[in-house]
Amino acid sequence: MKHVIIGAGPAGIVAAETIRKLDADATIVVVGDEPEPPYSRMAIPYLLTRSIGEQGTYLRKQDDHFRQVGIEVVVDRVASVNPGTRSLLLADGPGMQYDTLLVASGSTPILPPVPGIGGDRVTSCWTLEDARRIAAGIRPGSSVVLIGAGFIGCIILEALVSSGARLTVVEMGNRMVPRMLDETCGTLLEKWCNSNGITVMTGSQVEAVEDQGDSALVRISGGRSVEAQLVISAAGVRANAGFLEGAGVDLSDGAVVIDEYMCSSVSGIYAAGDVACGRDFSTGEYSVQAIQPTAVEHGRLAANNMVKHGSVTHQGSMVMNVLDTIGLISASYGQWDGVAGGDSATLEDRENYRYLQLQFEGDRLIGANTLGMTQHIGVLRGLVQGRFSLGAWKDRLKDNPLLIMEAYLAVTQGTG
Amino acid sequence: MLRSLTIDPDKCTGCLQCEMACSYENEGVFNPAKSRIKVFTFHDEGRFVPYTCTQCDEAWCLHACPVDAIRMNRETGAMEVSDSVCVGCKVCTIACPFGTVNYNQDTGKVIKCDLCGGDPKCASACPTAAITYVDADATGLDKMRAWAARTDNAASASN
Repeated sequence: MKHVIIGAGPAGIVAAETIRKLDADATIVVVGDEPEPPYSRMAIPYLLTRSIGEQGTYLRKQDDHFRQVGIEVVVDRVASVNPGTRSLLLADGPGMQYDTLLVASGSTPILPPVPGIGGDRVTSCWTLEDARRIAAGIRPGSSVVLIGAGFIGCIILEALVSSGARLTVVEMGNRMVPRMLDETCGTLLEKWCNSNGITVMTGSQVEAVEDQGDSALVRISGGRSVEAQLVISAAGVRANAGFLEGAGVDLSDGAVVIDEYMCSSVSGIYAAGDVACGRDFSTGEYSVQAIQPTAVEHGRLAANNMVKHGSVTHQGSMVMNVLDTIGLISASYGQWDGVAGGDSATLEDRENYRYLQLQFEGDRLIGANTLGMTQHIGVLRGLVQGRFSLGAWKDRLKDNPLLIMEAYLAVTQGTG
Repeated sequence: MLRSLTIDPDKCTGCLQCEMACSYENEGVFNPAKSRIKVFTFHDEGRFVPYTCTQCDEAWCLHACPVDAIRMNRETGAMEVSDSVCVGCKVCTIACPFGTVNYNQDTGKVIKCDLCGGDPKCASACPTAAITYVDADATGLDKMRAWAARTDNAASASN
């Protein structure tokens, strides 16, 4: 069997290694379109703070790891896929046959459609190449405008602040990280950023980026403008599935719709990670989650089904995120924004930037937001994903949400 | 023969010697806040429950790590964090459904139980044998592990 995997991120690499574990004889080829060895975008913020070098971002640290396990990594771009002949065309190399194909090609940043966004002073923060541009473009005292206060925008703030840059963050939503944090949490995060010397403009949009030679003038809604040496755009991503045009694969908002076997609408073509529109554990609906744990889970399950179709069923992946914004740690799980007819518990300590919010449906925990917490937060996943009936512990949690570990021990082990 | 920590909450008196021993062994200070084993108190029921990583087969932390910083020690069966590789992204801390991987803000790395390399100090410090280090097959951890299947999206996975 020959398995071809498009994409050398976590989903693709985990899939390749899982296939190898299941079938010692299979031919496995990974096609990635970046020149570096397979690496993790999750590690880029730590590269920017110089906590690690580029090698520290690599998914596997040993030089000849992929050769040793018999996985061929090809640097090229897939131009098109022909399911009829089970083959694909590469941009530079020769064509390639496959028995099964995994689309794990990830996503690409979207630039907001405003005049001047294509200028030299504007960069995304997505690839190692982007990281090098950002590192080279920042000097102590330089002015940086960050478009988008989402996950990526926030997680690189520490690196930007520690480099001595003056920062302005422009976010369309009414708060920071609106897709991960509730209003109280996002607003507290904004206050934290302000206290760290960052100008945050929520409910605002960049309207134009004007080149002024040695700087750019960033025009912002409300008649405001900021001069900047560097503009970083972190305004969302879209799935990379353009090469599937004409292949007959069902897409939703440009992402590959997958079934419970991680298979697309076309037999033999699977998808995983940021490019896949898969089942959500909490809602049962199909969406692109674009998070590391889901990418890895998709990759592992897809690999099982590529080796033996129907061998493993996907029950749905749970949304979860953890974010470090200049040392203030926030996390979200599942349906953190609650459900109709649901119930919630909150604990707020605004002065110390601590916040915990739990969402219930009946006597089950279905989601949570945390701020300023680093101990035992994983148990929130355990409680949500185990769908445990909390019984009397629901009221105890409503009195004191911090008792999450105690509640978990009580309902799982019958202690307490 | 792999050994594992087994915990019998009925024998725990809440003395916290385990937390002190863990913190001293791993962080060089007597500070329960830095312990990898934690004793939870149930005031109403008058019970104490020591709790730490079970080195579960699913190894959620290991699989969630984006930079391959968590590996299984084949001699002890423990999932160990390599400090030199860990970037401190904390994905493992939210992926572990037991809540037993925690972020240490002082070091910028995550910490979890590594069985002290095969000589767990919490077990030797426990005066009442509430925490023991015994043959893995003989432990009472089955109950803790069994539910993990409920969290596993691939309960039928063959690997």
